[in-house]
Amino acid sequence: MCGIAGLISQKRIRENGSRIKKGIVLQTDRGNGLGAGYAAYGIYPEFSDLYAIHLMSADQHSLDRAQKFLEEHFFIHAAGEIPVWKQKITDHPLLWRYFVEPRCHHTEHTLRRSADDYTIEKVMELNRIFEHAFVFSSGKNMGVFKGVGTPQEIYDFYGLDNYEGYCWLAHNRFPTNTPGWWGGAHPFNLLSYSIVHNGEISSYGINRRFLEGFGYYCRMQTDSEVVAYLLDLLIRRHALTIEEASLVLAPPYWIAAERLADDSVRDTMLALKIIYESAMLNGPFAILAACTEGLFSITDNTKLRPMTIGRAGDYTYFASEVSALYEMEQGLRTVTTPRAGQPCIVRLEPEELPVDYLEPDYAAKGA
Amino acid sequence: MTLAVNTPGLRSHFRPLFDREYCDGCGQCAMECSFNEIRMETRAGRKIPVANGRSCGACHRCALTCPRGAVRIVAEGMALRPHGVWQADAVNRVHLQAASGAVALTGLGADTNVPVYFDRLLFNACQVTNPAIDPQRELMETVTYLGRKVRSRQELDDVSGYHRSLIRLSMPLVFAPMSYGSINLNFQLAMARVARKKGLLWYSGEGGLHRDLYPYSDCVVLQVASGRFGVSREYLQLGRAYQIKIGQGAKPGIGGHLPGEKVLPGISETRMIPLGSDAISPAPQHDIYSIEDLRLLIYAVKEASGYKPVCVKIAAVHNVAAIASGIVRAGADMLYLDGYRGGSGATPAVVRDNVGIPLELALAAVDQRLREERIRHQASIIAAGGIRNSGDVMKAIALGADAVAIGSACLVACGCHVCQRCNSGKCPWGITTNDEKLAARLDPAWAEERLTNLVEGWHHEMQEIMGLNGIYDVGSFRGNRLILRGVGLSERELSVLGIKHAGE
Repeated sequence: MCGIAGLISQKRIRENGSRIKKGIVLQTDRGNGLGAGYAAYGIYPEFSDLYAIHLMSADQHSLDRAQKFLEEHFFIHAAGEIPVWKQKITDHPLLWRYFVEPRCHHTEHTLRRSADDYTIEKVMELNRIFEHAFVFSSGKNMGVFKGVGTPQEIYDFYGLDNYEGYCWLAHNRFPTNTPGWWGGAHPFNLLSYSIVHNGEISSYGINRRFLEGFGYYCRMQTDSEVVAYLLDLLIRRHALTIEEASLVLAPPYWIAAERLADDSVRDTMLALKIIYESAMLNGPFAILAACTEGLFSITDNTKLRPMTIGRAGDYTYFASEVSALYEMEQGLRTVTTPRAGQPCIVRLEPEELPVDYLEPDYAAKGA
Repeated sequence: MTLAVNTPGLRSHFRPLFDREYCDGCGQCAMECSFNEIRMETRAGRKIPVANGRSCGACHRCALTCPRGAVRIVAEGMALRPHGVWQADAVNRVHLQAASGAVALTGLGADTNVPVYFDRLLFNACQVTNPAIDPQRELMETVTYLGRKVRSRQELDDVSGYHRSLIRLSMPLVFAPMSYGSINLNFQLAMARVARKKGLLWYSGEGGLHRDLYPYSDCVVLQVASGRFGVSREYLQLGRAYQIKIGQGAKPGIGGHLPGEKVLPGISETRMIPLGSDAISPAPQHDIYSIEDLRLLIYAVKEASGYKPVCVKIAAVHNVAAIASGIVRAGADMLYLDGYRGGSGATPAVVRDNVGIPLELALAAVDQRLREERIRHQASIIAAGGIRNSGDVMKAIALGADAVAIGSACLVACGCHVCQRCNSGKCPWGITTNDEKLAARLDPAWAEERLTNLVEGWHHEMQEIMGLNGIYDVGSFRGNRLILRGVGLSERELSVLGIKHAGE
């Protein structure tokens, strides 16, 4: 059992973490103090073109080595300790952040890969080779803040009153089958994909082997991390829409897919089920995922974990409990509960691009 | 010259005992025994069955057909002086071969003490944190697609009809190749009907496809083996898929030999060889001396069949992972992996018992290797060789098999008591024989019912195993080795199997 909360402004109106905190702190009984975390989108506008690398390290030596690794592979435009306020939480790892640009376009053989691919590869490499240091957030203009503690303690520890984002995720953890440690807290992130998860992924064994075949490295000792990597693989690398990716992760039953009336819809669904059999999630889960496109929820086909959704004006709220929705916004216009396996997707309104906007995809330039 | 291990002339391990109180001398047992163990004698004016103690193989036919239940089979219990090396089997084998100078033949799969790794693997189950799913209440799906798949949706120009380019199974189970000749038409017919009815596949084996079975060709995988028996233009268009047989688990590296006396009219016609002539399958396919030759044959079969899926069958041997990789790269759409305990209609005992490696280890190694080389999606793996129950099936699936083939289990379902004399042609249960009278003992309708029951029973159990792991679709079970834990296995064995030890 875990608690989930999320909110998004489709017009990208930024706000600090106070409302999301109310939504997750209300769900205290869904956690046990062994993990909580937040993800916020739109918090680093001044570095919006740079990857924001959040790094955890158990000791100074590992931090130095990890930092050296980053310097080797990235141009570091800004770096610093993530500010923390030690009130309740005193025993914590070293927490640093770096705003970086890949060095990939300087190397001939990497020209065909995108900057995203390069960054993922280096993040995975860092997480694999350093035993006591790892990256827990690597997207642009967003960040993950998590650790061992209650939602209130983690919120105060990172001082999330001081960050302003248009999309927030929050999680309250009750770890059962994996240890409660700083890396194991939610959200899990890779590039712009962040997820919080309530449940247990019984298909983890094969999801992980499937991802390893695409170069992903699972480090966090917990099943939920595969979801972030699967989203990156499906949406960014395999160019599926959010709808399609949701159907891959929580597909309709064969019996339902084979009876779809529309030939083209049926054939697409069957093809997705066949090709991505090993990406399908099984077990009880309610997942809330954020990416640069928006915020969306996925639940399992048997509906073994709760998810509720409320709307008011430009805002959409997600939570494990209806009371948490009202805690975030008292004037909700609608409150709904998705059916089992039904994805709910909220897309951001298109951003107005600056005139001199450049595609931040180095592959496009190199090709 | 070859001679059966359990040929008459030596003392048998087993003996039928007759309870004189129940026996009314009807003679059924003597009639049923196809090995002439029992004859009827008249003593003191009363007909009684008498056993000769030389040819009983414990097939239990007499015991189970006796209308009065008066027969039981016992182990002979003749004592040999205990010896750590020279145990009964070893002594008997030497006696037999000293008498004959022949290769000792036997049937079915290896009966040695080589570890059955399936028995050292245990499943996980849900407790508290993730609820088990009750198959009685919730949908449990076992739909499986076999064939060459793409790695991402982008590789498909058009998704319409994509699923029809693959083979759909209602559950990850197929009937293993057993040729017409090694078994009879009644048995093939029963398998074919069940495959059709339950949405499975059956394999023809190397003996061609008898005309009577043409109506079941839409669910058959037809074999192209080294003898090329029955392979014709028509044959290459009839099947749902084709299998190129390189090796067999019960006899890796050697060929087959159906003696001339077994080549009866139906077999002669189906195999397209003269009546009464020996049907020899050479050890290698004589047009495949290297991997590129295999590629040529795979594509020749694809061309001839209109690009139906092609499966390549190999025995599990030491370097199986590398061989499998080569086969997949050569264009095979399915890889049929036959392990050490796989069955056979006739095989030299020395080969059956001493050659090849257990399926579990081979399967784990092949699945892992194909994943590491990122070609796992290019071919489905069908695991075979000593599958005894639904637990074995699901363990093989969790180790990485797409589907599992059962052969010996089908025979057992239809009466076989594993007496291992398939090679004799005298199968008292009418399965591995084409003797007219013996084959008539197997009623195809009865066999169909038995096989249907077996498949349905296993299907329920497979769903139970999925449900208690909180998994509603077999796709999430496949290759999911975290579901398994080993007991009593060494680090090395665990590492090859890719699983953790119990308690970890």
